[in-house]
Amino acid sequence: MRVAYWPGCVSRGFTPELHGSTAKVAPLLDIELVELERANCCGAGVVAEHNQELVDTLNARTFAMAQQVEGAGMMNICSTCQGAQSECQQRLDADGAYREHINSHLEPEGLRYEKGGEWENKNLFWLLVEDIGLDALKEKVKRPLTGLRVAPFYGCYVVRPTSRLGYDRYPDRDRYLDWIIDAVGAEPVAYAGSHKCCGFPIITMNKTTSLRQAGRHLADAIDAGADCLVTPCPLCHLNLDMQQPDASKFVERELGVPVLHFPQLLGLALGLEPKELGMGKHVVKTTEVDAKIRELAAA
Amino acid sequence: MADFTLKLRRYDPDSGEAAYWQDFDVDMPPERSVLDGILKARADEDGSIAIRCSCRAAICGSCGVRVNGQSVLACNTKLSDAVRGSKQDGAIVVEPMGNMPVIKDLIVDMDAVHWKKVHRVVPWLLPEGEPPEREYIVDAEAMIDVTQSMACIQCGVCVSACLSMEVDPEFIGPAALAKAYRFVGDPRDAHTEERLNDLAEDEHGMYDCTHCFACIEVCPKDVAPMNQIMRLRRLATADYGIKDSNNGYGHEKAFVDIIRRWGTLHEAQLLPRSFGQGSLVQSQVQPAALKQLIDSAPTAARGLKSGKVSPWKVLFHKKLADQDQVRRIYDEIEGKDDRLELNLYIVGESEDDEGEDEEEGTE
Repeated sequence: MRVAYWPGCVSRGFTPELHGSTAKVAPLLDIELVELERANCCGAGVVAEHNQELVDTLNARTFAMAQQVEGAGMMNICSTCQGAQSECQQRLDADGAYREHINSHLEPEGLRYEKGGEWENKNLFWLLVEDIGLDALKEKVKRPLTGLRVAPFYGCYVVRPTSRLGYDRYPDRDRYLDWIIDAVGAEPVAYAGSHKCCGFPIITMNKTTSLRQAGRHLADAIDAGADCLVTPCPLCHLNLDMQQPDASKFVERELGVPVLHFPQLLGLALGLEPKELGMGKHVVKTTEVDAKIRELAAA
Repeated sequence: MADFTLKLRRYDPDSGEAAYWQDFDVDMPPERSVLDGILKARADEDGSIAIRCSCRAAICGSCGVRVNGQSVLACNTKLSDAVRGSKQDGAIVVEPMGNMPVIKDLIVDMDAVHWKKVHRVVPWLLPEGEPPEREYIVDAEAMIDVTQSMACIQCGVCVSACLSMEVDPEFIGPAALAKAYRFVGDPRDAHTEERLNDLAEDEHGMYDCTHCFACIEVCPKDVAPMNQIMRLRRLATADYGIKDSNNGYGHEKAFVDIIRRWGTLHEAQLLPRSFGQGSLVQSQVQPAALKQLIDSAPTAARGLKSGKVSPWKVLFHKKLADQDQVRRIYDEIEGKDDRLELNLYIVGESEDDEGEDEEEGTE
C-alpha cells in the first residue's frame, strides 16, 4: 500500500526514534512511504489558536501535496497532527465557498485541496486496523510479545471530539490500540488514564498542572501492572518519557516506566531488535522490556 | 420493553457509611432515557435515591451525571445507547459528576465549584458611561459571535469532564471561561481588555486549558467551551498583545513565528523564544518565565544525554524547500485587517455539501 506520509515535526526533531522506527516497520507491513518533504507544521493547536484561516491554509497545503501522490491516502504518525489536521479538514469540507477561499491562497503554488471521494488522512494505528487488518498483522508477527503487559495511551487528539474524527464510520477507533496490543500477542492493560490528557500543551505555561497529569497516568499504569506504555503521539511521549523524572516529583512517587512509540511496539513483534527501533534513545530506560524481548527470542 | 440494569453509586453522608454500588433492574422501552430509568427505580424500588432533575428535555441542565464514565445529562442519554457504552457486562454505571463534591447519591455541590467559578469571571455586562434612556441597543450581527457561548445551560457537564481541573481544582474551567467569552465578545461591554488581562494573568486562567477536547465532546448544547477559551487567547494575544506572566503570549508568538521562519517546528528554539519573545538577550524576560526556563534546563540536559537531541539539532534547523510559500501565505492572511473565522456552529454545513455527506454515510 502506498501512502503520502506526513511524519510531523516532533518525529523529525525531539523523537527521531519515532520517524526511524516507522521507516523500519513500514516495509514489513507492505506500506510504501512517500514522504511529504515540502509540507509544513500542522500547527499543533497553537496556530489554530492564533489564526484559523492561517492554520486551515497551512493544512490545506499539506493535504493538496498529499493528494498529488497518486493512488494514495495520507498517513501520519502523530495523534496531534491527526487532530489538528482533522479539525481543519472538517471546516474545509463543510463549506464550499470557504474551501474555495482557502484554495485561493494555494493557487500561486499550483496547489489545490479537493474534497470528497475516498481520500482520507489516517494515523498509522487507524490505517493498520482499517486498511491492513488485524488478521494480516497477526500473520506477519514473528515474535509474539507473550507476557508483555502494555498500557495504551491514545492522546486526546485521536479520541475527541468524535464528531470530526470519523467515529460515525469507524466507531471503535478509540479501542484499536488495545486490539493491536492483543493482536501482537501482548496483554493490554486497562487503567484510568488511557484516554486522558498527557498535559503537554501547557508544559511551558503551567508545569504543575501539566506534569501532574502525566505523572498520574504513569502511576495508574504502573499500579495496574504495566511493563510499559505505548502511544501513537510523540507529544504525549515527550511528557510521559522525557519529562518523566520531573513528573515523578509532581506526583511525589517513583515512576520509571518505559514509554514506547506505537511503531516500536509493532517492530518488536515483527522481529526487529530494540536497538534498531531507537529504544536506546528514550529517557526512561527500556531495559526490562529489552530483557523480556530477549527471553522471548530465546524461548 | 427491555430489561436494563442500572448500577448506581449510592452515598449518604448522614449514614456515616462509605459510598457503595447498588443495582436496579428496570423494564423499559430502550428509547427512554437513563433519567427515566432512575426515576422508575426510585418510584418502584427505593424512594431514597437522590438525583436533581426538572424538565427531562435537556433544557434545564439539572440532571448532569456520569454514565459509564462519560459526563452527560441523564435525560439526554437513551438507555439503548448507555447499554452499548457499558464496560461492565451490559450494566449501566451511573455516578455523580466529577470534579465536584458529592452531597448525596447523584447530587453534587454545584455552588462549591461550578457557580463559584462562574461568579469569578464577573458574568454580567459592564457598560460604560450614562445608561441610555431605554435598553442598550446592539446590532444583531454583532451578537452572532457570542451566540454559541450563550447557548450554555449551566449544567456543569463540561466541568465534570475537565481533565485539567482533575489535577488543578483551582482552574477556572470550561463553563466559566465560556461564560467569560460571552461578555468579552459583547460589543456593549466596556471592560474587554481588563477581563482578558485578568484571565490571562490568573495562574489558573485561560492558559491552564490543555486542549484535551473533553468539554467539546460532552457538552449537550454544542457550546464547545474549549473553542471559546481559544477565542479568549486569540483576543488576548493577537488583538490586545497581553504579555502575561504565565507565558501564554510568549508560547503562542514563538510557535507561530517559528513556523513562519522555518515551516516546521524548531523545538530547540521554542523554549528560549517563548520566554524571551524573540531573543533572550534583546528582550526583557518576566521573572516567572525565567524561573520556568531555568526549571526546564534538566529536561534539556536529559534530551542531550539520551541522544534524542544533538547539539547540532539545537543550533540548526533546515527551512522547508518552499519556505517562501509559507511566508507568502502568512503575509497574505496576517496582512488583512480582519480575521476570517468559520464557526460551523453558526454557519452549519453548506447545502451543496450535505448530499455528498449523506451518501458517504450510507456505505
